[in-house]
Amino acid sequence: METTNQPTASNRPEGAELESEARRDAMQGEPPFTEAPPEDSRFVRSLKEAGITAALVGALTVFFFIFRTDIGSGGLDLTLRPELWLVWMGIAFGARFLLSYFIFRAEEPITRYFKRPSASRRKPLPIGKIFGVAMLIVAIFLPVLLDTFLPRQNRYLLDLSILILTYVMLGWGLNIVVGLAGLLDLGYVAFYAVGAYSFALLSTNFDLGFWVCLPMAGLFAALWGIMLGFPVLRLRGDYLAIVTLAFGEIIRVVLLNWYEFTGGPNGLLGIPKPTLFGLEFSRGDDGFAAYFGIDYDPIQRFVFLYYIILALALLTNFVTMRMRKLPVGRAWEALREDEIACRALGINTVNVKLSAFATGAMFGGFAGSFFATRQGFISPESFTFIESAIILAIVVLGGLGSQLGVVIASVVMIGGIELLRNLTVLEAVFGAGFDPTQYRMLIFGLAMVAIMVWKPRGLISTRIPSVFYKEKKKIGADLVSQGEGH
Amino acid sequence: MSAVIDDYENRELLLSIRGVETFYGKIQALRGVDVDVYRGEIVTLIGANGAGKSTLMMTICGSPQARSGQIVYRGDDITKLPTHDIMSRSIAQSPEGRRIFSRMTVMENLQMGAILEDPKDFQSGLDKVFELFPRLKERRNQRGGTLSGGEQQMLAIGRALMSRPKLLLLDEPSLGLAPLIVKQIFAAIGELNRTEGLTVFLVEQNAFHALRLAHRGYVMVNGSITMSGTGKELLSREEVRSAYLEGGAH
Repeated sequence: METTNQPTASNRPEGAELESEARRDAMQGEPPFTEAPPEDSRFVRSLKEAGITAALVGALTVFFFIFRTDIGSGGLDLTLRPELWLVWMGIAFGARFLLSYFIFRAEEPITRYFKRPSASRRKPLPIGKIFGVAMLIVAIFLPVLLDTFLPRQNRYLLDLSILILTYVMLGWGLNIVVGLAGLLDLGYVAFYAVGAYSFALLSTNFDLGFWVCLPMAGLFAALWGIMLGFPVLRLRGDYLAIVTLAFGEIIRVVLLNWYEFTGGPNGLLGIPKPTLFGLEFSRGDDGFAAYFGIDYDPIQRFVFLYYIILALALLTNFVTMRMRKLPVGRAWEALREDEIACRALGINTVNVKLSAFATGAMFGGFAGSFFATRQGFISPESFTFIESAIILAIVVLGGLGSQLGVVIASVVMIGGIELLRNLTVLEAVFGAGFDPTQYRMLIFGLAMVAIMVWKPRGLISTRIPSVFYKEKKKIGADLVSQGEGH
Repeated sequence: MSAVIDDYENRELLLSIRGVETFYGKIQALRGVDVDVYRGEIVTLIGANGAGKSTLMMTICGSPQARSGQIVYRGDDITKLPTHDIMSRSIAQSPEGRRIFSRMTVMENLQMGAILEDPKDFQSGLDKVFELFPRLKERRNQRGGTLSGGEQQMLAIGRALMSRPKLLLLDEPSLGLAPLIVKQIFAAIGELNRTEGLTVFLVEQNAFHALRLAHRGYVMVNGSITMSGTGKELLSREEVRSAYLEGGAH
């Protein structure tokens, strides 16, 4: 009992004071603490870290880079490649040094310039708009630019541009269904196929030209869109995705097996080329070149095709942008947000869904007939699921509902894959016979993962409201609940 | 508190619900419900969780449809009509949980409310809503999802009003809101009823506020109506007080 009554250092007032003084002294680094060792300068620290990184890389890769074995006569031939090992260590050292010096150890990392400036500080430039207009101008003058700057690769690059634009158009078409109306469609390629086969069959059987068949092909595709739409009206999200996926496959399998009508796996041949008001792009006397009195050049047909697909794509974009401001377009967007609320407002969700399916399918059909006329030959092989996946990936990576995002994603995905073919540099690194295109799916997947990690809602995740009260304001998508309205 | 209406014989029977039974699969949610709503009055339906209040509201809207019984609105049998057809007959609903379009702006949400209306009437409707809820005018370019709960409720009611309804169906407008905001919302509903003669059918758990506001009320227990009367009568009934008001009156 006596000991508990004994005042201790902490419950006596002066004792508590002493203690707090002692604590304050301790915080200020007085003895018994030793002083921290003087810090290295930024340069030295970066050098040290770079050295550690290079050593790690060297240790990890010593057996892979230095020794190379090939099957030779009577056993394995051993070749030594120490220079490759050193080069890679050097790359690791340099890269880490730059990272450390400019970002990790810097007072003000240079990455601060990438950060979004806060809205209060300055009015943001309408970058999206400027970029969009710039892209449009480049697209319009692209054949001229290619002819001037890269005449040797002119034809190849023009062909690639046509391919990219086809995907831009398909992406914009699918964007109506997935991005605006929020209906996840994994079978979009079916409408592409319907458009292509409609045109091919109409032109070969009834001797009709491209410009007559184009609207008909779009109409057929839209009809198929409605036919797909009816059975899936009640479905949402995952279930809808699976049914549309099945629909895409059904169309392909029918095309493959209905031999008498579609030619089966042999496809359809001899699909006519488009004409300019009846002028063919041929060498003959009644061709385009002869009529205008210029020299014939096969490139003229490519340029013509390029402008057709550019016009078709721009038409898709224009229609979509106008639709967004009309009640039906606004109903699409509302449907994506909340279907029950839409019904409560008296919107006939059946019609709204069907109109989204039909409009999206129609542009898919246009793109399909363009594809048929460009190739001159179609077969079911061109309409496999991977096409649907690529188009959907373009829409999702670009940012659902974003028109500009689709363009960027198409250029990156389609153009990027093509670019891989030309990267002969990589052969030097990974050895001869390394074919980068073999890894395109891997790179594809990596790019998707990377984008989904950094920009979970696609490259351009803002939407511009369709109605304003005095000022325009972009809307970030990051806070919006996911999965609603699917 | 609203005045008592005493001229029922002169008023049009706007909505008449007779013997309505609604099922979710095999489970019966409504067991023969009779409710009348006359033009110009505020009628409230109170009851505990799971009593079937929201089911009745949704049955009026046709989703789910009543398996038996009849719902007559302005002389037309709407029992078996599809939802969008019912909702385009000058009935407007502010659904449970508000269900505003969170990615769209306040303006766009209001525009959605008037989507079936003549665009010429849009501006006057907008002015009316902004007058009733000045807060929405301040927030007009803001995304719906960034509004506070009370503002979202105002938006849901405003959106419903944009279609110039004769009958406004409100499902739990006080849900999850601070008492002060609830008071504002209920004051706005009362004002609409007084100045425009708007008929309101209100489903509420907040029995005290709802019965004070309403001309008449119904009490629902387990899918049937057990009591009805004027708001004042119900407020003074011992059963109502003990079941729904204890500790709730503030």
